[in-house]
Amino acid sequence: MIHALRYLYFLVIVRPVILIVIGLNVRRPNRLPKQGPAVVIANHNSHLDTMVLMTLLGMNRLKDVHPVAAADHFLRNPLMAWFSTKIIGIIPLDREVKGARRDPLAGICEALRQDKILILFPEGSRGSPEQRDEFKTGIAHIAKRFPEIGFTPVFMHGLGRSLPKGEGILVPFFCDVSVGQPIHWTGKKDSFMQQIHETMNRLESELNIPRWEATP
Amino acid sequence: MSPSVEFIVQRGTAVSDVFLSLSGPIHQTFLGVAIALLSANVVLFFRRRMSGKRGDPKVAQRIRTWWITLAIFVVMLSVSQTTAVAFFAFVSFIAFKEFLSLIPTRRADHRVLFWAYLAIPLQYLCVGTHWFGMFVIFIPVYMFMWLPTRMVLIGETKGFLRAIGTVQWGLMTTVFSLSHAAMLLAITPVTTARVAANWPTDLSKESCGAALLVFLVVLTQFNDAAQFCWGKSIGKTPLLPKVSPSKTVGGLVGGIISTVILSGLVGPWLTLMDLPRSLLAGLIIGLAGFAGDISIAAFKRDLGVDENAGSLPGHATTLDRVDSLTYTAPLFFHFIYYCYG
Repeated sequence: MIHALRYLYFLVIVRPVILIVIGLNVRRPNRLPKQGPAVVIANHNSHLDTMVLMTLLGMNRLKDVHPVAAADHFLRNPLMAWFSTKIIGIIPLDREVKGARRDPLAGICEALRQDKILILFPEGSRGSPEQRDEFKTGIAHIAKRFPEIGFTPVFMHGLGRSLPKGEGILVPFFCDVSVGQPIHWTGKKDSFMQQIHETMNRLESELNIPRWEATP
Repeated sequence: MSPSVEFIVQRGTAVSDVFLSLSGPIHQTFLGVAIALLSANVVLFFRRRMSGKRGDPKVAQRIRTWWITLAIFVVMLSVSQTTAVAFFAFVSFIAFKEFLSLIPTRRADHRVLFWAYLAIPLQYLCVGTHWFGMFVIFIPVYMFMWLPTRMVLIGETKGFLRAIGTVQWGLMTTVFSLSHAAMLLAITPVTTARVAANWPTDLSKESCGAALLVFLVVLTQFNDAAQFCWGKSIGKTPLLPKVSPSKTVGGLVGGIISTVILSGLVGPWLTLMDLPRSLLAGLIIGLAGFAGDISIAAFKRDLGVDENAGSLPGHATTLDRVDSLTYTAPLFFHFIYYCYG
């Protein structure tokens, strides 16, 4: 029942909004993981980021796809919690790990053991629109535990213009998506993070992003 | 017209009936366009076979777009006028979205842009309900004033003129101008018109607007193709090397002459225009098509978008396809409206 509802939600609401209202412009979508266990990592500007990645992964893979999302934000009330975990299918993550006794990555590891495809936003929050923040090193901890799993980097542009943080009204802009080669654990945190950072820079520079010279 | 066709038209509900209510020349125009496209495909195929070269991918891409456009026109004009209006509204939406995605916008203007988008359904509502008085002033008067007002209310003055200027230009070209093509469907000549209508067939009165729309789109696209072909064959002197290097004097002159000739042949046979008006319409479409083409080229050049960006899916592809139409549609509409409205 709940699976059918989730399927319907993505088929009837998410996909038309993403594909028709927004409109995608994707480079190399075939690099996205065909099956789990796999992790897709992307820059984060908008709630639409998750919807775009789930649309790109397609309806056939939907049952295996789970975005990792902040527990403090998405579980803040019962209705939101039900919608986030059941319909979107999030794996909640505690952003505050200070003093926590249980392993914050337990949910993620469990899902990967079940051959799921996870969507992760290592910036940690949407931040200011169309500004890339430094990736947090949590992904390195996951990669270390699962060295055989590929991390597929994806750069997205345009969604921070369509639905930035703090805005309730969607204004359509085309979304450019650039997919990179999967990256594996290199054996060292620094070199792993560096490799991801460089790939994201390369993906970003591929796209023609309009800016007025005066505005930052 | 045969009596059997008339009988079916009078039942007038089913899809096929609407299609039959289009005049014979409209059907024959569709057929003519299909034959022209087929010959283009054949020529391309044999040229590739003979020379072994792939040729310009943009040409093949254009032909494919025209096939799709033809199919859409046959279907939508067969279904209903409302479908055609809805289709043009959708084209405006995509073109405006492409425009906004290409230009830099200010973060503060989020809600202003939402209002700008809202102008699309409202404008096409005026088209669909044949509310001419509102249709001609809604964007150039009301939206023209409301958008900057809304922008001022946000309180951000840095970059104000640039922000409002770009949005207005986009709305005027992609929504206001294009909606004139759909508004042609509402044209019915009045008895007090400056020029007497010259009806090619009995059925032409009922499908007067559809014939004008088909005429406009076919001639505009033909003009694009003619200017391109003449430019390739006899064009030497570059016209605007800084804007669009492929545009030449030969291309422009040859293209316009071809368009005027075709217009003179097709106009009196397909639409309510007589020969002199058809020739004049051809001249308007030839000149305006060129102007529209180079305006969008200049816009893209200013933003540093590659002229060949069309190879990337979704990037200014619709804008590229409708560039000439954004100029020919309003000018042709007002020419018709002046003569027959």
